Amino acid sequence: MSMPKYVLKRILLMILTFGVVATMCFVLIKLLPLPAIKSMGKDANLIIKKREAMGYNKPLMVQYFRYWKHVFQGDLGLGEQMYEAQSVLSIVAQKLPYTIVVNLYSILIAIPIGLAFGIYAALRKNKWQDYVISTAVMVVYSVPSYVYAFLVQFFLCYKTGWFSLTVASKAEADFISWTMFKSMLPAIISLGFGTIAGLTRFTRAELAEVLTGDYLLLARTKGLTKSQAITRHALRNAMVPILPMILSEFIGILGGSLIIENIFAIPGIGKLYITAINVRDYNFFMALTFFYTLIDLVAGLVIDLSYGFIDPRIKMGAK
Amino acid sequence: MDRHDYTNIPKEKFALARHGEKITDKQLDTKPIGYFRDAFNRFKKNKSSMVAAIIIIFLVLFAFITPFFSDYDVSARDGYYKNLLPKSKVFAFLGWDGCKESTETQAGYDYYNAIGAEIGSSSVKEVKSSFVDEISGIKYYVLDVDTYDKVGFTYVDLDEESYLALQEYQNTTGLQVCYPIPANYKTDYVAVGNAANLWYKLAVEDSGSTGEAASHDADGNPIYEANYLMKKSATSAKYNSLRLILDCDGTTTDDEGNPLYAAYAVKNQTGYRVRVLYSEYYNYINGHYADHLFGTNQHGQDILVCLAYGARLSFLLAFAVSIINFIIGVVYGAIEGYYGGAVDLIMERIVDILNAVPFIVVATLFQLHLAKKVGAVPSLLFAFIMTGWIGIAYRVRTQFYRFKNSEYVLAARTLGAKDRRLIFRHILPNSLGTIITGTILIIPGVIFSESMLTYLGIVNLETSSLTSIGTMLSNGQAYLSTYPHIILFPALFISLLEIAFNLFGNGLRDAFNPSLRGADE
Repeated sequence: MSMPKYVLKRILLMILTFGVVATMCFVLIKLLPLPAIKSMGKDANLIIKKREAMGYNKPLMVQYFRYWKHVFQGDLGLGEQMYEAQSVLSIVAQKLPYTIVVNLYSILIAIPIGLAFGIYAALRKNKWQDYVISTAVMVVYSVPSYVYAFLVQFFLCYKTGWFSLTVASKAEADFISWTMFKSMLPAIISLGFGTIAGLTRFTRAELAEVLTGDYLLLARTKGLTKSQAITRHALRNAMVPILPMILSEFIGILGGSLIIENIFAIPGIGKLYITAINVRDYNFFMALTFFYTLIDLVAGLVIDLSYGFIDPRIKMGAK
Repeated sequence: MDRHDYTNIPKEKFALARHGEKITDKQLDTKPIGYFRDAFNRFKKNKSSMVAAIIIIFLVLFAFITPFFSDYDVSARDGYYKNLLPKSKVFAFLGWDGCKESTETQAGYDYYNAIGAEIGSSSVKEVKSSFVDEISGIKYYVLDVDTYDKVGFTYVDLDEESYLALQEYQNTTGLQVCYPIPANYKTDYVAVGNAANLWYKLAVEDSGSTGEAASHDADGNPIYEANYLMKKSATSAKYNSLRLILDCDGTTTDDEGNPLYAAYAVKNQTGYRVRVLYSEYYNYINGHYADHLFGTNQHGQDILVCLAYGARLSFLLAFAVSIINFIIGVVYGAIEGYYGGAVDLIMERIVDILNAVPFIVVATLFQLHLAKKVGAVPSLLFAFIMTGWIGIAYRVRTQFYRFKNSEYVLAARTLGAKDRRLIFRHILPNSLGTIITGTILIIPGVIFSESMLTYLGIVNLETSSLTSIGTMLSNGQAYLSTYPHIILFPALFISLLEIAFNLFGNGLRDAFNPSLRGADE
């Protein structure tokens, strides 16, 4: 199968999967009882009228097509239980930068560290340096991210008072500014541990595997120094699986971390999602569910396809 | 007779081959090693995995056994013993003594010392230092206060029957529970932790009092002077039981020279208001003194027992999920991999779709739809089962693709083995190692996800007699700066568990890999 044809097939399949998942979620969410109306009298009547106008009382099929029609017009509905009467899309657009900035900082710091540790451990395989790094990675990788968040919060925010507990708001500082960076640092550090450990482990395993290859021996035999052989042959081949992993980290920054955003009260998309679930705002819940589903699907697709681009020897769609 | 009729050969035509010859082959002198025996032998050599396995066993035993041996219960909440620090009799010398450092003014110093002065053992374990604030000129004390003893006294309202029973208890055991009522018992002190502790003469005798004693010596140490409610009769309010030595047993007199006695109770509408030493009263009610190895949380629940209950719930959930996912995954993956073709294509699309739904959505929808009908825990179980088997099915499917066309399977099929026999007897055992490893590694994943969902409040498993690790974490987070021990133990538990399971899983993966046989010999 030729490359463009394969890509097209995968994209179509992805859209199909997304359609089915979205439909399933839509139906399941719409089958839930509407949130109880808390206000009384006139206000209650207003809400009932509003729901009528939004088509909540129409048959499910009608609502379904109406929803998609609006989505294609760029309208994801209005907030009901939170951000009342505000457009879901604009609120999501407001929150997204926080998530992206925090996670972007975190992986930009974590990736070089993770790669460096991984490469170092692989080059010192079965020596004490490797054992120390591998053991540390094992421990760091296993401990849940929220435990780091608690540790960072306790030691860096309470005990030493170096960092503030909350993230600076957009009114106080630009997204790309020192103030913002400093206020986000506890969250960035907490997120970084897992990424560093994961990348170190992966890099070590891949590079160690490559280093045992015969062609590396050949490279040495033909007169390359050890460092030449490693940078020109071993690292390049080890990068074939490592780069897609890094790529997936970059796509993952859109989704962010639900739990870290909650612990550090970052007004990002993850926090919005959890709030939407807890207060039962179905329009937000639906929109963000679609968003998260789409991120996962796109990430999977991009990773699969990236192998072909990074290493031309890998033929896409070949049996 | 037909030469080729092999079915009816007469018995006498048979003869033993090589009868009477000496067999020179040596008999096998070692026992055959089966697949699991071999794996176990390899696993035993991996020290870190063995340690991890022991830790896991210990944690599981902790979760299941602790509730039976503990004096406490999740549903037991104590209004006075809140936020107690961990206390261990054995490790008290390591600072595990239930004491908390606090910086107090003169009033606080007087207040804490007064509790000790009345009962004879001080709640202030150590005065570390004192300093005078340069700006305000106020003197501060840095104290090591016992969080158990600092509760001190409290008023309890008893009906006649229990009041008499309490006196009876005092008389038989000789333990002093009731203490004299202070003269100021009607005043509503707002600035002090517990007004029942103000038994001494105060510098300021009104509701605004900070608990500062009336007089101090030259070093600033308080001189306590008892300020009890005095009555003319020794047995006023029907008190006929133990009395303090230091109180007024008729030695003090009123203006007219009549002897006065300290009152141990005052009558109110329903019975008697008694001032009790809380630690003794606790012992009287519960049959043991408060002694919390991991301390208590903000609701006065014992953290050790909460952790055990939470861990037990997590383990049960995780074990159930991994067993069910194992079964579904194996059957699904086997059918996919064995039949291939159109069946595989359709089943893979179903997997794709289920896999595309974020887990948090699955958990939320199950919770919103089912929690009211079947309960929070079963709906969480369903959510885990919904997508959890996909990993196992994927492994099984890959293994089936690898083995289904090999010669031995073909041979078995030629001999007439049915599909079911081929799947479960011939192909599946090949991949059992990886499947078991995968199944075991579901457990830490489930425990982590469960703690995350309960932490975020998406799933609420907390009832009066049930708690979960995630709930404990989210409750403890609010007290992270003041009482970090509340969050420390659940966080430590889950970290240890995850590390142990990952190490264990690694060891298991290596052990089940026959290509590593003899690799280290």
